[in-house]
Amino acid sequence: MSATPSVEAEKTGKVEAPNSPRLGEWRTRIRAFTQAHRSWTIVIGMAIGSVVLFFWAAFPPFSFVQGQNTWISGFVNAGVFILLALGLNIVVGFAGLLDLGYAAFFAFGAYLYAFGASPFTHLHLPFLLLLVGGAVVAAVFGIALGAPTLRLRGDYLAIVTLGFGEIVPIVFLNAEKYTQGTNGIGGVDRPNIFGYEFPGIDQTAYYVLMTIVVTIVLILVYRLLDSRIGRAWAAIREDELAAAANGINTVTTKLAAFALGATTAGFAGVLNASKLTIVDPTQFQFQVSFVVLAMIVLGGMGNPFGVAVGAFVLYNIQNVLLKQLNAVTDNLNIPILQDIDFVKFQFLLFGIALVLMMMFRPEGLIPSQRRRQELHSAEADSEADLEALAPDAGEVAL
Amino acid sequence: MTAAAATTTVSTVRHRPAWAIPAIAVGLVVAYFLVLTFVLSLNPQTSAAAPQIAIQQVANALSIGAIYALIALGYTMVYGIIELINFAHGDVFMMGAFFAVLFAGVGAGSVPGLLHLNGPVENVPLLVLYIAATLAVVMPITGLLNLTIERVFYRPFRGASRLAPLITAVGVSFILQNVALVVFGSGDRNSPQIFPLSWRVDVFGASVPVLNFVILFIALALMFVLQTFVRRTRLGRAMRATALDQQASKLMGVDVNQTIALTFAIGGALAGAAGVVWGYNFGFVRQDLGFNAGLKSFTSAVLGGIGNITGAVLGGFVIGFIENFAASLGLTRWAEFSVFMALTLVLIFRPAGILGQQVGERA
Repeated sequence: MSATPSVEAEKTGKVEAPNSPRLGEWRTRIRAFTQAHRSWTIVIGMAIGSVVLFFWAAFPPFSFVQGQNTWISGFVNAGVFILLALGLNIVVGFAGLLDLGYAAFFAFGAYLYAFGASPFTHLHLPFLLLLVGGAVVAAVFGIALGAPTLRLRGDYLAIVTLGFGEIVPIVFLNAEKYTQGTNGIGGVDRPNIFGYEFPGIDQTAYYVLMTIVVTIVLILVYRLLDSRIGRAWAAIREDELAAAANGINTVTTKLAAFALGATTAGFAGVLNASKLTIVDPTQFQFQVSFVVLAMIVLGGMGNPFGVAVGAFVLYNIQNVLLKQLNAVTDNLNIPILQDIDFVKFQFLLFGIALVLMMMFRPEGLIPSQRRRQELHSAEADSEADLEALAPDAGEVAL
Repeated sequence: MTAAAATTTVSTVRHRPAWAIPAIAVGLVVAYFLVLTFVLSLNPQTSAAAPQIAIQQVANALSIGAIYALIALGYTMVYGIIELINFAHGDVFMMGAFFAVLFAGVGAGSVPGLLHLNGPVENVPLLVLYIAATLAVVMPITGLLNLTIERVFYRPFRGASRLAPLITAVGVSFILQNVALVVFGSGDRNSPQIFPLSWRVDVFGASVPVLNFVILFIALALMFVLQTFVRRTRLGRAMRATALDQQASKLMGVDVNQTIALTFAIGGALAGAAGVVWGYNFGFVRQDLGFNAGLKSFTSAVLGGIGNITGAVLGGFVIGFIENFAASLGLTRWAEFSVFMALTLVLIFRPAGILGQQVGERA
């Protein structure tokens, strides 16, 4: 079964051979290159994409909406969500564990940076050290949370992580002595890399830094997917019992997913804190975890590229499209549209989108082949089982 | 039909004498009272009236525990029967609280109320009538709401992978919460406290609101009805059979889909009742109420042993005690923290819960 889709894909690829032979030659060359050197493909793709977006932001249709710098700043924020989505994708998409408190790890990264580089603690440690430190701290908490609960059934994990995601902001809120409670820790240092101090208004430096971090994380995530542990995650996701019977240590493998997923959230937390220069508990509420979950479901669980695109698109829908929709409808003289606050509806729309996706296209818009098969074959299998067992059981009344 | 009648002695729980559960319950209450009295007497500010304060706090804890227990029943029954954490259940409770406001109160947001009550009703027969009417209106509505959620969102996933319905449940919860936000507005909405809070009785020198007893009575009465239904009726037996083995029940002629729908309807109705009494006790409703209450109630269900009805009730009261304990010590802000610590500790040391049996892990 598992071999068929790739074979089919190759076949269809050859069937729709382009008309021009030279173009076809280039296409085969590019495909050969991307298959042989995936990491370089990601580097080149990200480089081209980020440069194009950077300059295009100054031209139509982008320039009609807002200034270039505002766009770039938004792209950097979207980068934070791409990192979060890539990390949660390791936990949910690769290992099949539902983590509903993912924002907690984001909080650990951000608070570590706030403690390590702000006037509040009078510490001003190097940015890169804290970037790594934030990831490590988040990973440690990932293990600390996962260790007691991963032995349990999968859905218990969902509720424990939900609780964890709820209490972490509460702890940061209540421990006023150490975190300044609701006020948060302000005046956090901007990044300073090898003597280059990031400017506050021009966001270009953040954009470059974010592109580099996202590129590195994408490469690592793709390599993880094909590694020994990536295969172990897929095995656990598909059948935990069979995986365990084949010698996979399910607890350590799940813990690895948790820790590595948290790592990316730690990066995202540090980067976000250094950009906003303030860290407060409201930044890490359940909504963040939910939005990131919606991003990976929409993008395509298990497929890092789809997840990254999903995060980027959804962030921009949330923060640009809905706001612009408000501005546009306010100027129109249509009474009903004028009264609707589209931003107020954003989470309702996300909820509806999430549910519709799960019901009608659970593999996401840019799916991973393997995940799609799993999500569809499970239904077919169980129905076939029941049919075989009791062909007319459904019609018998109680 | 005859095949269904053959499965009469379905019992997953090891046999206990009939007095065991009430004994455990009374023991818990007494134990909590003693602990609280002891802790309060250590504090010079409260040491003079420690037993009286403790009695009042126990009464408070029992009311809030009763609310959690009512919600927890829905979680535990649904999990018992289809192994799904119905994340939207807490939000069904929240909707119940809002429906009570719409029916009895002055309304919420842009939606007007029906009876326009706004304050205590001193006339006893009228008060009983209002409470009964509110319950009679809200419970079927929330039951129907939960049933619809099952029919529309969960049934298509029957037999599919377990991640998909779980994510859908989270999405449904979010939808309900944001529908409430859009329709009823954000922030605290006034709920009519029609039960006079000035009515108090003297319990061993402590003045306790009658409302606490009424809430406890309503909750225990509903639980008794539920227990009798599940134990004694044909549909209750179908529910137990389906929880035990869905495929075998199907082969024995149980209409599994109907049974699951019934479970959701009952759970929703109980959550609705919890929403009604919540309004009487706290006097406000908010669109994000269901999130925390749902989390705590699920904790109660796990604490009592998921799938176990009696366990969920006991768990609800224990969670009420834990939360109240933190509040009594002046650590209200840490109440939620302590509840979730309790959840984590239970999952580490006794994942099957207080009354649950060790069940094999299902992949």
